[in-house]
Formats: sequence, C-alpha cells, structure tokens
Amino acid sequence: MSADLNIILPEILLSLFAMGALLGAVYTGKDKLALPILWATAGLFVAMAFWIGVSGDTDRMAFGGMFTDDAFSRFAKVTILLSAAAVLLLGQDYMTRNDMLKFEYPVLVTLAVVGMMTMVSAGDLMVLYMGLELQSLALYVVASMRRDNLRSTEAGLKYFVLGALSSGLLLYGASLTYGYAGTTNFAGIIAAAEGDISLGLLFGLVFMASGLAFKVSAAPFHMWTPDVYEGSPTPVTAFFATAPKVAAMGLFARVVHDAFGGVVADWQQIIALLAVASMFLGAIAAIGQTDIKRLMAYSSIAHMGFALMGLAAGTAAGVQGMLIYMAIYVTMNIGTFAFILSMRRDGRDVTDIAALNMLSKSHPTHALALLVLLFSLAGIPPMLGFFGKLYVLQAAVDAGLFWLAVLGVVASVIGAFYYLRLVYFMYFGTEGEPLDQAMPAIQWVAMVGCAAIMVLGIVNLFGIEGLAAAAAETLVR
Amino acid sequence: METIILFAPLVGALICGFGYKWIGETLAMWVATGFLFLAAILSWVVFVTFDASAHDGGFYTVTILRWIESGSLATDWAIRMDALTATMLIVVTTVSALVHLYSFGYMDHDPQWRDGESYKPRFFAYLSFFTFAMLMLVTADNLIQMFFGWEGVGVASYLLIGFYWRKPSASAAAMKAFVVNRVGDFGFALGIFGIFLLTDSVEFAVIFEKMPELADTTVRFLWSDWNAANLIAFLLFIGAMGKSAQLLLHTWLPDAMEGPTPVSALIHAATMVTAGVFLVCRMSPLMEFAPQAMEFVVFLGATTAFFAATVGLVQNDIKRVIAYSTCSQLGYMFVAAGLGVYSVAMFHLLTHAFFKAMLFLGAGSVIHAMHHEQDMRNYGGLRKKIPLTFWAMMIGTLAITGVGIPLLYVGFPVGFAGFVSKDAIIESAYAGTAGGYAFWMLVVAALFTSFYSWRLMFMTFYGTPRGDKHTHEHAHESPLVMTAPLGILAIGAVFAGMVFYGPYFGSQAKVDKFFGTHEGGAHGEHHAATNVIPLIAQAHAAGDKDHAERAPQKAGHGGIYIGDDNTMIHDAHVVPKWVKVSPFIAMLLGFAAAWVGYIKRPEWPKAWAEAAQPLYLFLLNKWYFDELYDAAFVKPAQAIGRFLWKKGDEATIDGGINGLAMGIIPFITRLAGRAQSGYLFHYAFAMVIGIVVLVTYMTIAGGAK
Amino acid sequence: MSIAEITFYLFAITTVTAGLFVVVARNPVHSVLWLILTFLSTAGLFVLVGAEFVAMLLVIVYVGAVAVLFLFVVMMLDIDFAALKAEMAKYVPLAGLIGVVLLMQLALAFGVWETADGVSTAANLGAIERGEMENTAALGMILYDQYFLLFQLSGLILLVAMIGAILLTLRHRQDIKRQNVLAQMYRDPAKTMEIKDVKPGQGL
Repeated sequence: MSADLNIILPEILLSLFAMGALLGAVYTGKDKLALPILWATAGLFVAMAFWIGVSGDTDRMAFGGMFTDDAFSRFAKVTILLSAAAVLLLGQDYMTRNDMLKFEYPVLVTLAVVGMMTMVSAGDLMVLYMGLELQSLALYVVASMRRDNLRSTEAGLKYFVLGALSSGLLLYGASLTYGYAGTTNFAGIIAAAEGDISLGLLFGLVFMASGLAFKVSAAPFHMWTPDVYEGSPTPVTAFFATAPKVAAMGLFARVVHDAFGGVVADWQQIIALLAVASMFLGAIAAIGQTDIKRLMAYSSIAHMGFALMGLAAGTAAGVQGMLIYMAIYVTMNIGTFAFILSMRRDGRDVTDIAALNMLSKSHPTHALALLVLLFSLAGIPPMLGFFGKLYVLQAAVDAGLFWLAVLGVVASVIGAFYYLRLVYFMYFGTEGEPLDQAMPAIQWVAMVGCAAIMVLGIVNLFGIEGLAAAAAETLVR
Repeated sequence: METIILFAPLVGALICGFGYKWIGETLAMWVATGFLFLAAILSWVVFVTFDASAHDGGFYTVTILRWIESGSLATDWAIRMDALTATMLIVVTTVSALVHLYSFGYMDHDPQWRDGESYKPRFFAYLSFFTFAMLMLVTADNLIQMFFGWEGVGVASYLLIGFYWRKPSASAAAMKAFVVNRVGDFGFALGIFGIFLLTDSVEFAVIFEKMPELADTTVRFLWSDWNAANLIAFLLFIGAMGKSAQLLLHTWLPDAMEGPTPVSALIHAATMVTAGVFLVCRMSPLMEFAPQAMEFVVFLGATTAFFAATVGLVQNDIKRVIAYSTCSQLGYMFVAAGLGVYSVAMFHLLTHAFFKAMLFLGAGSVIHAMHHEQDMRNYGGLRKKIPLTFWAMMIGTLAITGVGIPLLYVGFPVGFAGFVSKDAIIESAYAGTAGGYAFWMLVVAALFTSFYSWRLMFMTFYGTPRGDKHTHEHAHESPLVMTAPLGILAIGAVFAGMVFYGPYFGSQAKVDKFFGTHEGGAHGEHHAATNVIPLIAQAHAAGDKDHAERAPQKAGHGGIYIGDDNTMIHDAHVVPKWVKVSPFIAMLLGFAAAWVGYIKRPEWPKAWAEAAQPLYLFLLNKWYFDELYDAAFVKPAQAIGRFLWKKGDEATIDGGINGLAMGIIPFITRLAGRAQSGYLFHYAFAMVIGIVVLVTYMTIAGGAK
Repeated sequence: MSIAEITFYLFAITTVTAGLFVVVARNPVHSVLWLILTFLSTAGLFVLVGAEFVAMLLVIVYVGAVAVLFLFVVMMLDIDFAALKAEMAKYVPLAGLIGVVLLMQLALAFGVWETADGVSTAANLGAIERGEMENTAALGMILYDQYFLLFQLSGLILLVAMIGAILLTLRHRQDIKRQNVLAQMYRDPAKTMEIKDVKPGQGL
C-alpha cells in the first residue's frame, strides 16, 4: 500500500494542499488570501511539474493496475501542470480587476488538476470516471463562478447538464465494455478485446468515445464549447482551452490504446470521423464569429480535430504527433489568451474582434506577437504550429489514412482564413478607438514568450520531440 | 586555365552590370571587355596546345564543384575539355571579345535612348553573361549542365533581343524567340529525361559508353514502340532545331534582328544558334546509332538551307538577308552532322563564325554609317564613303559565297574559308546520299547564297545613292573600335578554311588524331608524308588507306564518335570531279545573275518580280510561315487563353472560389451558427444525433464480422 | 421459474417502467414520485443479490433524503414545465425516430450479445473473500483496500461539489445588519456613551 501511495504522491500532495488552503482561507482572511494562495498554487504546480519531470523513467502501476505512472502520463502531467500554472498567473490580474478573485478559485483549479492527473494515469474504467468527474465538476463550478453574471451562470449550467449527458454516455459505454470483458481494468479489457469483437463491445467503444469526445470538444459533441467559452470569465476560458484539453486527449489516447489497443481498426474509423467533423466545423463555423473568445472556441475545436487525427493513426508516431500537437497548441493558446486577457478599452474588458482594428498602430509589439501566434495557429510555416500539423499529417499518411490527411489540409486552408482575418484587422483594418496601453508584465511576458517559442521552436522543438516519442512508445506497444 | 576562361566573362558581367555605378560606365565596359579578351587569349592557348592523344580517352575533365546529388542522379559542375569544346571555346570567346570591342563604337549615342540614360554597361553585362552561359553550354560535361547553359543563353538572348525595350517590335521579337525556343527545349528536356531513364546517368562519359546498348533497346512513348536511340536522338534534335532555327522552328531568328547588331553578330550568327549543331556533334555517339534520326537531320538541314536561301533572295532589310543566310548556313552544318561527318559540321561552324560575324558587324557598320537605316533600297554607292567596311564586307561575301580555286590542292584546298568548308559539306552530301536530295538542295542553295550575297553587296555599295540624301551625305566611316574587329575577323574569313582543313576534313587519320578518337594517337602517323602531296589523287589514296586501317572506335572516346561503318570522310574525298566543281559553278551563276540584275540592268529585278508575282510574294513573305503559325498556333492559343482566362479563370475558378468563399462557406457558417442556438436541448440533441450516426456507422461498416 | 426469479422480473420491470414514467409524466411532482418508485424497486433488486446494506442505503439516502429534496425543489420552483415540453414537442417525431433507430441497434447488439472468453462472473468481485462477513464489513474491505483510490477520489469529488455549492450560492450581503455577538460582548461601557455639552444656538 505504501508503495502505491508513493506513486500517487504528487496527487496526494496537491489534494492536501487544496484542502489545507481551503481550511486556512476559510478560517482566516478568506478572499484576502486569494492572491497568495493563487501564487502558491502556481508555484506548487511548477514544482510538481519539475518533480514529475525528473522522477525517473520507470513504468509503475499502483492499486492493482488502476493507476499507471509511465512516460506518457508524465508527459501529459507536466504539460497540464505547467499550462495550469501559466493560466492561473495570467488570469490573476484580470480577476483582481473584476473583483472575482475568490480563494476557492485556486483550490478548485487544484482539484481539477488532480482530476486531470488521475485521468491521464487511469488504468481502470472506474478511475477514469472518477478523474473525469473530479475534473469536470470543478470546471462546472469555475465556469459559473461569476454568479451574478447571467452568461457565466448560463455557461456553467449548460456545461453541467451536457457534461452529465456525456458522463451518462461514457458510463453506458463503460458498462457495455464491462459486460463484455467482465472487468473494468484496462489490462483485462485489452486481453479480452482482440480480433473480431462483438457488436456490444463495439457499441461500448462508441459510447465511451462519444463521452470522451465531449470532453475534448470534438464535433458533434462540441456544442457546449462556444457558449461556455464565451460565457465564462476569460481566465477560466483560458484554463478550459488548455489543461483540460490535454488531459482529455491523454485520457482518450489511454483508453483507445491501453484498453482497446487490440482493435485499432475499429476505433480508428470513429476517431477519424470525429477528427474530420471537428476540423471542418471548427474551421467553417469560426468564420462568422465576432467575439474573439467564441472564435477561440471554434479554433480549439478545429485543433482538437487535428490532434484526433494523430490519434486516429493508431500508431506510436500518431500518439507522438498528438502529444507534440497538444504541447504546441497549449503554448499557442496561452500566448493568445494572454493577449485576450489584456484587451481593455477605457478600463472595460472587450472581446470584440473589431477591437483589434489597427492594433499595429497603437501596439506594434503586441500586434507582432499576436501575428506570430495567429500564424502559428493557422499552421503557416515556419511557425511551430505548422510543424505540429505536419507531425499529425505525417502520422496519418504513414498509417494509410491518406484521405484524412488531405481533408485535414483542406480544413486547415479554410481555417487559415479567420486567423488571417484577424491579422488583416490588426494591420489593415479601419482606424478605431485604440485599446488601452497597459498590459500586466506577466501577460506581456507570456505573450511575447509564447510568440518567441513559436519562432525559435522550429530549431528542435525544444527537445519535446524525443520526450513525446518516448511517451508514445510506452503507450503503444 | 579552363576555369578562368569559363568564369572570366561571368566576373566581367557581374562587375560591369552591378558595379558600374561605383566604377563608372567606361571602366565597367572596359572591365567586361578586358575579361573577355583574357578569355579569348587563353582559349587560343588551350586550342593550340590541346593534344587529344595526351589524355586518356581523348578528353579531360576539370571539376568545379559537386552539383546535384539526388538518388541516382549525381552530376558535377565540370568542364569537359576535348577537341569539340576547344573549337567552340575559340569561336565563342573570339567572336564575343571582338563584339565587345565593336560595341564600344556601335552602341555609342544610340538613338533609342535618351540623354543621360545609362544603357551601355547593361548591354555589356548582358553580352558577358551570354558568353558565360554559352561557355557553360559548350564546356558541359553532362546534359544537365548543358541544359542550364542552353537556357542561360536563351535568357541572355531574350534580354538582348529585347534590349531596345522602347520598341514594341523588339519586345515582341524577344518574346517570340523565347516562346519558339521553349518548343525546342521541351524536346531537349524530354531527350535528357529519356537518356537518364535508360542509362541512369546524365554524364557524357557514362552515357556515351552505354549508347551501343541503346540502339537495341525499345521504349514505349506516345502509344507506340520506338527504337530508343532513334527516339532520343530525335528528341534532342528537336531541341537543336529550336536553338539553331531550323525549319519549322526558324521563325524567331529573322525577328531577332530587332536586337542591336552586335548581338546579331554574336548570338544569332556565330555562337548561340550553332549550339544545336554542337549538340548533335556532342551527341555523336548517340547519333551514330540512330540512322533514321540522322536521315531526318539531313533532310531537314538540306531543306532549311534551301528554304532560307530562297527567302534571302528577296529580302530588303540588310540584317534580315544575313539572318536568312545564317539560317541557310546552319542547314548546311546540320546536313554535315546528319551525314556523320561531325568534324566537317564543326569545321563549317568555325569558318562560318568568322565570316558571318564579320558580315553582321560589317552590316552594323553600314547601318551605323547610315544612321540606323536598314533598308537596302535606301543604300547604294557607299563604296567610297566607307571603304574599310566595304572591303570587309567584300571579304565576307567572298567567303560565304565560296570563292576559291577549285581542284587545286596544296595540302589543303586554296580558297576563302567558306569555300573550303562548304565544299567539304557538299562533297559529303554527294557521298552520303549518292547525289540525292540533300546534295542538290545544297548546290541550289549555294547558287542562291551567291545571288543574295552579291545582291546585298551591289545594292549597298554600288550604283547610285538612293533614299534620303542627307543621310548619304553624312555617311561616315566607323571608328577604329569597330573596324579593328572587322579586320581581325577578315583574317579568319580568309584563312580559317585553309588553316583548319587538316584536323577537320584533311583525312580520317588527321581527324581521328585531332579529336583523339583512339588511344595513344600514334595511329595514322605514317600518312603524314603522303598527305602533303599536292595532288587530289593522292589525297584520295590517303583517304583510302586511311580507312582500311582504322581501328574500331571505343564508344565515349574522343571529342566525336565515328562509327565503324562510317566512312564518310573517306567517301567525301573520292567524289567525282564535277561534284567538286559544282558549288563553284553555282557560285559563279549566282554572281552573274546578281551582276546582271543589280549592276548591268537594274530595272530587271522589278520585271522579274512582276513576271513571277506569286512566287515573289511567296518568298517575300517567307513562305507564309509566320502567317501559317499565326493561324495555326498563335490565334488558337490566344483563343484558348482568352477562353481559359474569361471562362476558365474568371468564371470558373474565380467564380468557384468566390462562390465557395462568399457563398457556400458563409452559408455553412450561418447554418452552424443557427445550430448554435443556445438551447440546451438542441445541444443535447446534436450529441444524440452524433452518437446515433456513429453507432449506425459501426453497425454497418465497423461490425467487422 | 423460482420465486427469486419471479421477484427479480417483477422488480426489474417496475424499475424500467417507473423510469420511463419519470420522463414522460406531465406533472413534475408525479415524476419525482415515479423516481421514488424506481429507487425502491432498485433497492429490491439489491436485496435479491444479497446486498442488503446497499439496498437500505438506497432507501434511506435516495428515497428518504434526495427524492424528498427534489420534491421540495420541484414544488418551489416556478417553472412552466408544460411550456418547456411544448417547445420540445416539436422535436418529438424526429427524436422518436432517432430513439427508435438507436434502440433497434442496441437490440441488435444485445441480440448477439457475447462475452469475452472465460468471463462468467465479474472477475474482480470473485476476488473478495466474503465468507461469513456481513455486508458492511465486506464493503469496507473493498472500499478501504482494493478501491482505496476510488474511494478517496469520490471524497474529493464530494468536496468539490460542496465547495461549488457554497461558492455559487453563499452570499454575504453587505447591506443588512447582523448581530455580532463578540462585538457586543467585548464592548466597553465606558466608551459607549459620551456626554456633550451643547451650547444654545450653536449646535455641535
């Protein structure tokens, strides 16, 4: 037992921290302590990320295979922790300004992160569900955290109800799987699900994939995304767009490879369909948007489509591509949201795309950094985003999914339009009332830093290529 | 040294073209010219000291850099030095150097340019760049490099023809030259691809050795089976046709006369247009195994020689006359090459370069003197005004018409350059076709050549001044920088034939020795004594013996390849006497006709023209080739282009893209927006539909039972 | 058919039917009542498999607490369910069709249902050595040993739910007066009153 606890030590520490912070804040300063707790949380995340990152390269199982600690989970956890820390710090200024910074926020985020870490380490359908619910529940709450704001509460409620539906689908799929395999353990399922599988198990697979697709906001299970992104407070939106996506993708990869690795051909088709639908929906529906947060929602739907394409390849290269893609995606989104968080005019937050008009005049540096980020999001070489796409396309082609790759390219061309439209507004738009000058240092650093990464990363992707390959290797055997 | 020759023009071009703002116009021009003279002198050194027998295989290679490596395609950028390259080196660099010098005078105060405009350094830079490209072409040791040179000269030609860009006709001519050459280049490129496909290499040294195998290979191309050697030889020849303005692809050459006259002399007389001949000679190891393709070359060459000569008869623009003359002479060269006497083709190429460049430069001098008047009908009586030019032109005319002493042999025939080389071709034609089509075409062409050349002389320098009086009064001799090149070229026009007779046509043994076709080069030395005996009969005997003892040549050896059963050089020496005299007689006839028509009875030509009006118009309009092409290709192409532009591009593609971008995508966007209604049960509904679709799909497709 | 089986089918059919009526009942209060019936019959099913403790938990917690809470909420909420349903009714035909399609396919799957080789009983459950142990003890053995992780995670989920509930609903209204007991107790009487000498015609 103590060995098992040792393996989940990071999760335990985070949970203890969350409970301690909760108790401490409730009995002392309450919201006055929010800022220190937030900083401490971010610091703890970074420390944990570092710890997990250097904690060796052994594959370990805990609790009879319910919890896996391998290179894959470590890669995902480090990404989750770092992005969560970054987003926490980014939003801090915004929340203070809008008087939203409650001490529960960092606590809930911490618990959500624990859920995410459990998700990517799941080795059992039940653990999977527990992690998922822990994460989701925390997210439902933070989405509606601005409880006096109609949109925020609406966002939270929608997310909650649809999330419940998706949980239902997931559970139904899990029960079908259990009914077939007689076990909820991934190791047991993969032993049972081989060769020609029965229709029942196939349906279980479909239902579970649907439930997971909801979490990664893949079409047609994406409907909540735009509304929730728009309605939630912007820092929360930034959070939604980053860490949970990585966790859900990691979980998705885990389920299809760890539990259904024997029937790749069966789930490949499902995921490919989801990928195509997401890429095209994300690309096309984004065009008409006028709110940048909504736009980012569709953008993330399209990006999830690409990440799913890597998964659909069903190979180690595909998982590697997916991981690299997610890492790049998270970085791009942190940079972009850093800017969105700073969008203010006359002291009021704006999220209207029109506010970008002639940004190049009023904020040349911001415009340039945003240009780089948008180019990267659009996948224009030589930005890093292009290489992310290249990886997954390569994996899809190598796996024989040529049609998928072609559709992916078409979708990315369509998708490039709305990113370039933003660039157009920034550089050639009509003169309008400029945005406020001030931008908090953290946001500035994050935005410029991410933009710089997009350019500098092309040298060797900062070495994540090898890590992702190792991670993929442990998952796809 | 070879490297210096190759790069000197490039350095000159770069300094002159980019540096003239800093170093001044005059200095820039002198730099370019100086570099070319350096190249020319070194070329002569290389040519004179070149000894094929000293090198293994009769050639040596100077590697400049590793160039392309892609799969099995690996080529160097290297210089292949053999007799063929050496010949081309002196031709190119000498003429180019002289043209540079000449341009100082000719391009001075060009009326095409406004005061203060800087055009001369640009002109010199183009000329030098052209020279570099041409050298790259002739020194190539592989087909890719050759192709680059080939296209390089194409670009330079385009730039130079269109140098007077204020003249719409010059721009149009430049474009025409470029487009027509694309047709040829397409064939050339296909030929290269074919060679690479079949031999897996583009390096001459490698592919030449594989040529004999090619003759037994069949390839499938355009729905039918072909003999590989014939097909590739034919494709390469299409390239040569374009560059050398042979019939069907010749229409650009006369129009190219829109360029400045030095350009015509350099590019469209001496060097670039001979690249096709050079290509055929260079590919002699292939040509020897492609008899059908060779027959076609002979036929087309002979026809071109005849056709161009007929058109030349009635042209009035002094440069166009010479242009058609060039076209015709190139036909001669192709006949020689097609018959398998590559050395003779190169021989004529060499002599032709001298006298034709001189004719052009002379014509340029006349034009310069007459203030850029080019119509011969406005000339007349210029002999006294510009005596130096007159004499130069006279020598050139004597050379091109083939004046010499027939049947006299003092180790070499005695006569002007054209006499020696042209007679060699005509004799070969007789021997090669047993007095057939090619022979008669060439003899008739010789007659016409004589006529139009003398016509040019008589109309320009004799008779009474016609045209604008003022212009005639102010006609003046050109400056020294223009007459000096004429003098040098005149020397070549007089002596080149006699001096180079030996190595190019003297006897099989001498040719073999010069081109290094056999290992060691000792072969045939014992004939040296017999060959100097000044009697034709003995020359025959020499030729006779010569071939009997000729050892089979290894493929890939030497500058040219002469097949085992190719006895052309020998055969050409033993033709009947009347054959040998025939071109001379043709020349005399032509001269007489011209003399009668333009000195004795100046009113006759008009009467002739009226008597045979349709024929006259037919010739004057160049056999209506331009009109035919206009109707057959240009108009339809324009129609197709307009159709594709208006209907294809604007309506379909633009319309389609716009329709997609402005119509369908926003429609889908709106649709997606409407689905995003904000109602929870809509969202849930979408999810349920999604899962039903997936489940249904799995039931139908995925239930892989 | 044994008594146990008859009882099983009785409870099972009741559960499914009641569940159906939860959804289709027009009156929300009726829905909650149907829900209670569902819980009860489910509890019956648990008893049949020998899980008495879980069955009782279901009755006490779900029927006794959750369902009653639901009932109160539904009665207090002023929602026009009829209008909502009318809005949804537009989609009923399509939804019905899709539902039928899904149902048919699921039927297809269950029709050819098969399990993996060697699966007869739930593999994990077989590992529990129940012996003479009571229900509660057996559950405890599983929860605190084999399913320790899951149990703790459930705890965290509940914690999040609690935090969320408080965060989203608890309000500290600033505009009302509250009684602060400590402040009252520690008040110094000496400082509570001050006597001012007001001079006539001047005011304070």
